[in-house]
Amino acid sequence: MTAAARTELPVAQEGLIACPTCDALNRAGAVQPGARGLCHRCGTVLSAPRKSAMTQIVMLSATALVLMMMAIFLPFLEVSAAGMTRQGSVLDAALSFAHGVTLPLTLAVTAFIIILPALRLSLLIYVMAPMAFGWYPARHAIRAFRLSEELRPWAMAEVFMIGVAVALVKIAGLASLHIGLAFWALVALVLVNVISDSFMCRLTVWRTLEQRSRS
Amino acid sequence: MADARTTQPVLTAREAGWCGCRECGRLNLPDAAVCTLCGMRLQKDPNLQAVWAWLAAGVVAYIPANLYPMLRTSTLGRQQDSTIVAGAIELAEMGSWGVAAIVLIASVLIPVSKFLVIAYLAVTVQRGWPVRGHLRYRLYEVVEFVGRWSMIDVFVVAILSALVRFNMAATIAPGVAAFSFALSVIFTMLAAQNFDPRLLWMTRGPKTA
Repeated sequence: MTAAARTELPVAQEGLIACPTCDALNRAGAVQPGARGLCHRCGTVLSAPRKSAMTQIVMLSATALVLMMMAIFLPFLEVSAAGMTRQGSVLDAALSFAHGVTLPLTLAVTAFIIILPALRLSLLIYVMAPMAFGWYPARHAIRAFRLSEELRPWAMAEVFMIGVAVALVKIAGLASLHIGLAFWALVALVLVNVISDSFMCRLTVWRTLEQRSRS
Repeated sequence: MADARTTQPVLTAREAGWCGCRECGRLNLPDAAVCTLCGMRLQKDPNLQAVWAWLAAGVVAYIPANLYPMLRTSTLGRQQDSTIVAGAIELAEMGSWGVAAIVLIASVLIPVSKFLVIAYLAVTVQRGWPVRGHLRYRLYEVVEFVGRWSMIDVFVVAILSALVRFNMAATIAPGVAAFSFALSVIFTMLAAQNFDPRLLWMTRGPKTA
């Protein structure tokens, strides 16, 4: 069977997808809402349609964006030592490398903790919002979603949060500390991100984009 | 799926003459350059050169990251440099064992095991060693997930130098190692991303089609 398949391409393109992790052919679609379709070889989740998943992702992304603004601009730590008080925001942390040889690092850190997460959330809202309302996808929605997928490993808000915790302990001996409002915004942001990512199934979004833009 | 967990031989998109997209799963014609749905560049003859190149760059950048100071603390005119490991030991001496462990795991254990796992996976694919796909894929998944967490120490340095600065009794400035460590993490993340997990499922290594 496989020998013939190699020469004649008997497999129709319609209704089949290749598993992104192991390349096995799988039948697409026909999964009940709430259920999950797994690759029959490696078990990767291939489709996980959920009722109003799109709406939930839009809501959560918008929430995350607001929380991010708070986390960036409000002071997240206040240090006082020897009668001096200093407040630091996430923006200050990102810009702390702005002198001397470590200037390129400034750009990288700013990108990882501010620019890329914010960009990714905006792209998700742009892609999902029209579909949540049942409209056709927005212009360039496909390109926007691909970009947001490429950004995913580089948006490091949650890694930064663990960094804040470690820094708190390190500095505790030097000075007295007060945790600011932005710190709690950051905690909430990470939780919202985790929930939002668990709602989203990349391949399901692609199938939806495929169907909606064709009709 | 209806026919889940069957024992019939698996037909892959590659064997059926298609070129499956790694991003969206769409089947493309074998001579297509980019996916017709998502526009991602298609990897057709997966080779490991990019993986080895990024991995080598990551290892090279990791060496100065451990030799040079990560943090430069000046307290009342006295200057003290501390490397990654020295910083963790200092934390342990302060009694914060948990945090010292986090720093050590994030900046020593994770990067080193990541180098080893990526190299191991690449070698097994190149030599065509018969290792089960599932096992190797688990390893790959862990490496991909865990990689970004090594950035913790760089962020700690950023936060500390933002908070403890001018006009205070103590000043903290980032050292050279912060830079090379960040580079090392970025390079190994790129190595993991360039590794095509579908290679792990091919029984006899990449065919030179």
